[in-house]
Amino acid sequence: MSSLTQEYITEKLQSKFEGAIQSIEMLHDFLTITVEKSSLKSIMKFLHDDESLNFHFLTTLCGLHFPDQAAQFGMMYQLHNMPANFRIRIKSFTNDSEPVFDTMSDIWPAANWQERETHDFYGFRFHGHPDMRRILNMDSLVGWPMRKEFPLEDPFRGDKDDKMFGR
Amino acid sequence: MNSNKEILKEKEYTILNLGPTHPATHGIFQNVMKMDGELIVEAEPTIGYIHRAFEKLAERRPYNQITPITDRLNYCSSPINNMGWHMTVEKLAGIEIPKRVQYLRVIIMELARIADHIICNSVIGVDSGAMTGFLYVFQWREFIYEIYEELCGARLTTNIGRIGGLERDFTPLAWEKIHKLLKEFPEGLKEFENLLVRNRIFMDRTINCGPITAERALQYGFTGPNLRAAGVDYDVRVMNPYSGYEDFTFDIPLGTNGDTYDRFMVREQEMWQSLSIIRQAVEKLEKMEDKTTFHADVPNFFLPEKEDVYNTMEGLIYHFKIVMGETEMPKGEVYHAVEGGNGELGFYLVSDGGRTPYRLHFRRPCFIYYQAYPEMVKGAFLSDAILTMSSMNVIAGELDA
Amino acid sequence: MSENNQKLEGFEGPGFLATSLDKAVGMARKNSIWPLPFATSCCGIEFMATMASTYDFGRFGAERLSFSPRQADLLMVMGTISKKMGPVLRQVYEQMAEPKWVIAVGACASTGGIFDTYSVLQGIDRIIPVDVYVPGCPPRPEQIIDGVLKIQELVQNESLRRRNSPEYQELLASYGIE
Ligand code: SF4
Repeated sequence: MSSLTQEYITEKLQSKFEGAIQSIEMLHDFLTITVEKSSLKSIMKFLHDDESLNFHFLTTLCGLHFPDQAAQFGMMYQLHNMPANFRIRIKSFTNDSEPVFDTMSDIWPAANWQERETHDFYGFRFHGHPDMRRILNMDSLVGWPMRKEFPLEDPFRGDKDDKMFGR
Repeated sequence: MNSNKEILKEKEYTILNLGPTHPATHGIFQNVMKMDGELIVEAEPTIGYIHRAFEKLAERRPYNQITPITDRLNYCSSPINNMGWHMTVEKLAGIEIPKRVQYLRVIIMELARIADHIICNSVIGVDSGAMTGFLYVFQWREFIYEIYEELCGARLTTNIGRIGGLERDFTPLAWEKIHKLLKEFPEGLKEFENLLVRNRIFMDRTINCGPITAERALQYGFTGPNLRAAGVDYDVRVMNPYSGYEDFTFDIPLGTNGDTYDRFMVREQEMWQSLSIIRQAVEKLEKMEDKTTFHADVPNFFLPEKEDVYNTMEGLIYHFKIVMGETEMPKGEVYHAVEGGNGELGFYLVSDGGRTPYRLHFRRPCFIYYQAYPEMVKGAFLSDAILTMSSMNVIAGELDA
Repeated sequence: MSENNQKLEGFEGPGFLATSLDKAVGMARKNSIWPLPFATSCCGIEFMATMASTYDFGRFGAERLSFSPRQADLLMVMGTISKKMGPVLRQVYEQMAEPKWVIAVGACASTGGIFDTYSVLQGIDRIIPVDVYVPGCPPRPEQIIDGVLKIQELVQNESLRRRNSPEYQELLASYGIE
């Protein structure tokens, strides 16, 4: 199989999804593409299905939160084409305060729990996900712990005197 | 003629709650299983019982204080996690690591791999009823602990190495122990293998127990020994070499049908390969002119000698800056992956230039491949399900973050 | 070791020893503890090392690990207990028959350790009473053994009626355990 190149991928994506690609950059050794949220799913599906691109392996995915940006919530996916050993990162942002993304678990079953984890951490919902529940935290937890405003420490602790800890 | 009607009776299933503290499972895994007699019809895992909020914690810790958190990911092979984290930061900061340090790191990482696989394989033995192997081979894990202690002072949660190199050079005693390991461990491992590898009972128990096809494994995001047992030769050490792995020759052992026996054998063979890597590294280091470097020359990241801190202005300033977390970090995002004990352990780091990471996401192999567990045990016996779980080497710390 | 191996006091003669029931029972209990290893994370691996050949936990009369709470005397909590795990731990404790002892192994079980986070219980003594705390992250096997020896001392010297005493009832009541 011919090896993939950055140009080939970007060209292919650009011709197919004109306008949906917001930026293409090379961050260290990683090709990173930011896309419009509305066409995220179809781009991912294309990357997976297209014979010559063949990104068959979902390495990881996670949520992002940048409270200072207008589009504060985002998702990051990393795909891997093993035969050509090429990795690619797809990002997508939204300014919705209760974002709903499309699930990738029908393309890669590996996304199932990772999306639940993201839901647990950030409160995003994934449209079409088979089982959208919290996974790591207790169901009774209020709030979304990985959002920047959520406190790290247990706010109900009574034995910590802030005067002593200088906070 | 009512009485001639066929009696339609719904099949009755038993619901079995396996875990979170079940005598047969190690660690905290809960599975609610729907059983038809002794066969599993459905399994529904619940996880998160030791969720410790690593990712949140990492957003509030300076870079050097994150190393202890990585220890506790896959605690059976903490040094690999530590090194992976250091390399991620080094990649972000653009630090070049001298060859000698890289090889020293390789030695540490391969020791950790051996220690990890020792636990997993001997526990497979225990779960199939062979306690003896565990008792024999655990002595070698103890011995590796001794080497760790010599290198960093700790046994399990090692916190080994620093950003920019190692905290100290290998001591003569450490070298002595490594040589002893190279000389005597093969015999011990052989003994362990003789007990199990061609053991009729063990083979009957493990062959065709919890199999998964290569295709399914890839879809489920398997990596590491579990993926290789299914027959896919993916190994981060070869695909994206780091820390000088490109200089070593080693084989990637492969299985064929991804069952418990294959996973066991792949780990077994990987221990031999790790030994050979360590041997090569020791040889390379002996040939190398440089015999003293143990860190890169990066005063911004690597703590100066105590001597300098007390006696020179420069040393004091650097020390202060590092300890207070005032070192400037470049902005940007990096992903770095290492071949952990369980597969591709990745660190996705977003830095905004502050003293702590803006976002740090761990790609935890256990978490990703444990999803496939219900599918792997469907239709199997309960006892096989337990064996399958221990052969997947699911580590609670890594599973639950 | 010497104080631990103290001989039974009593009236001794050739072939017999007269002592109080308390002491005889204490000695018997002390050397036949059935521990329930409640190993959740890293500290559990150190417990494995404690059990394995080098340190051989079985030397102290605790060879038989009881994985079922009903038959266990000693609850060894090793590792992080998250808030999700808390109720489970409590239930296990409640299922154990009296007399029972608890040892918190490691910083996490004792205080929450390095994980001062929203999801981790800050010490198991918030939900169940603890007899001995073992520091360390993780404690070395020697430390774990030392902790168990401390428990043995408690077991040996405990009066048979302690569990009926009002203080003990009060302690349990303060945890809301019947
Ligand atoms: S005390 Fe340390 S070693 Fe023990 S469970 Fe907690 S983090 Fe792990």
